[in-house]
Amino acid sequence: MNMKKSKIAAAVAACTLALGVSSAQAQKLSDDKIVIGFITDMSSLYSDLDGAGGVEAIKMAIADAQKALPGKKIELVFADHQNKADIASAKVREWIDQSGVDVIIGGTNSSTALASAKVAAEKKRPYISIGAATSRLTNEDCTPYTVHYAYDTVALANGTGSAVVKSGGKTWFFLTADYAFGHSLEKDTSEVVKAAGGTVVGAVRAPLNASDFSSFLLQAQSSKAQILGLANAGGDTVNSIKAANEFGVTKTMKLAGLLMFINDIHALGLKTAQGMYLTNAWYWNQSPESRAWSRRFFDKMKRMPSFIQAADYSAVTVYLNAVKAVGTDDADAVMAQLKKTKISDMFTKNGFIQADGTMVHDMFLQQVKSPAESKEPWDYYKTVQTIPGKEAFAPPGGSKCSMK
Amino acid sequence: MTELFGIPLSALLSQLLLGLVNGSFYAMLSLGLAVIFGLLNVINFAHGALYMMGAIFAWMGLTYFGINYWAMLIIAPLLVGVFGMVLERLLLRHLYKLDHLYGLLLTFGLTLLIEGFFRSFYGVSGLPYQVPDALQGATNLGFMIMPNYRGWVVVASLAVCLATWYVIERTKLGALLRAGTENAKLTEAFGVNVPLMVTLTYGFGVALAAFAGVLAAPILQVQPLMGSNLIIVVFAVVVIGGMGSILGSILTGLGLGVIEGFTKVFYPEASATVVFLIMAIVLLIRPAGLFGKER
Repeated sequence: MNMKKSKIAAAVAACTLALGVSSAQAQKLSDDKIVIGFITDMSSLYSDLDGAGGVEAIKMAIADAQKALPGKKIELVFADHQNKADIASAKVREWIDQSGVDVIIGGTNSSTALASAKVAAEKKRPYISIGAATSRLTNEDCTPYTVHYAYDTVALANGTGSAVVKSGGKTWFFLTADYAFGHSLEKDTSEVVKAAGGTVVGAVRAPLNASDFSSFLLQAQSSKAQILGLANAGGDTVNSIKAANEFGVTKTMKLAGLLMFINDIHALGLKTAQGMYLTNAWYWNQSPESRAWSRRFFDKMKRMPSFIQAADYSAVTVYLNAVKAVGTDDADAVMAQLKKTKISDMFTKNGFIQADGTMVHDMFLQQVKSPAESKEPWDYYKTVQTIPGKEAFAPPGGSKCSMK
Repeated sequence: MTELFGIPLSALLSQLLLGLVNGSFYAMLSLGLAVIFGLLNVINFAHGALYMMGAIFAWMGLTYFGINYWAMLIIAPLLVGVFGMVLERLLLRHLYKLDHLYGLLLTFGLTLLIEGFFRSFYGVSGLPYQVPDALQGATNLGFMIMPNYRGWVVVASLAVCLATWYVIERTKLGALLRAGTENAKLTEAFGVNVPLMVTLTYGFGVALAAFAGVLAAPILQVQPLMGSNLIIVVFAVVVIGGMGSILGSILTGLGLGVIEGFTKVFYPEASATVVFLIMAIVLLIRPAGLFGKER
């Protein structure tokens, strides 16, 4: 009687944002319009990191880009993949075959991203992965049409992994989410830890959404490691940290969140989360531009954006600029343009997309403030170290991708 | 150190205790389901959502009205119980004569509505809720550090489960309930108001879920989908224990919590599926469940 909740079929909504009639000389847009397809978790554990906020960020990008592309029709379709790879790939296939989607923006969840990227490559459409973390997207499973935009497990590992080992955390134990993303993060971080002179004494793989993590934490505690690396995300991370505090694990081990979002910190409260280290791709308060954009976002969503939502905005803007520059939405032309674009906006100042599809940009090692240090709502992080893009992301030489 | 299957005995003991903690949640939730199924013949899929309401009410009480944990432990189940009774009067009532499937579909739909409603307000990241001051800290049991709060969870839920079992199996009120289950018409002929009893029973069953929700609030992420992660396992517990068996659901809940706990040590990857494996085996050997009677 497996009544796994299949949330009523993914609601697909389309919104036309342009009123302008495409002019007669609007040359090389397929169907005379640009259709952006956005697929992400709209309803389940990752929906606060991306979800409706991601849709809003993309709408903001389209509205802003519309000013630069007057007369061009830009449409957005979006769907909930329910964290299921089969739903994601079927939806992407349907969009490309039937709805004339020109570019796919991939939201959270690595297994759905790997599946969708394959379909997009087969159908020759750019696939810009934002929310997924697995470094396989630009290594074993790289394609000429994949861009991995916001972050990956290598960058997360390089941030938290090497910084923590340098500050004395030599022995590690991992609490890993048992699916593509968790495995990837554990593997990449282990490599960094070992390279920096640390050792990995063990790992336990917990099923996704395990809700009670106390058993796993006791196993971690008996390993006698100094550092507990949390290779999980969202609610799983929140529940692990709650239980770690409760069982006194935090007294003997230091926690390193390998992927934590501002929403998680908000949910935990600074009292529980203070002092944790984490690697971040972007923080709403990092620059005047990011602050300004985040205020706009806050006015609509009543919460500050995660770095995923900021990257959604940035990636769509960069894509639309590339279409404008080459004057067509032809996938090969746009991909070539993207790979020679310098990215400088509110998301990053010195980004570029290297041959294997990784968008290389600066990452930040941040520490969660104590309640006393926090001056206003959502004032949660202080930056410990800026990790230059070239150090954070795997150089193309080390990539397992054939395109170097 | 003494070892068993290559795992230190102390580690096994601590997993046994943790299994009991989780098992007591399973027991309380499956008990509510068993009571409801026993009397109403309804498979109450909304149980997980009502459990979630208990937890969120606890948070709302503290956040908006400053009502502490102990008071909400009483107030939240009462509120959810009343909400449940309204649902029963307005909706469920019409389905008793029909196949089980209709009740299941209705309550499944209600689950989606309730979860969607709370999600639209609070998102899925979760709401912070602290362990009450009196139960802060942990006790060193020698082989493990046991947080005081988890100990309280086991005590409280066992007390509630046993009290429920006692009332239903050993008191006059319970006898009437069971009579109503066996033959509603005949019981009514003796002057018992069966429809009222049914409404109150549903209210009580869902109040148990809300009670479990408040107990869970300080240790789990309080968020609108927290019930749906649990409800499938709880249904498996009910099926293994035998639909409608009171004692069966309590014992099976605790037992499965412990088995799941051990799985987390020996083969953690399977800990989410072991309950379903057992369910499949039990269904093959005893289709009515371990404690159920063939009807």
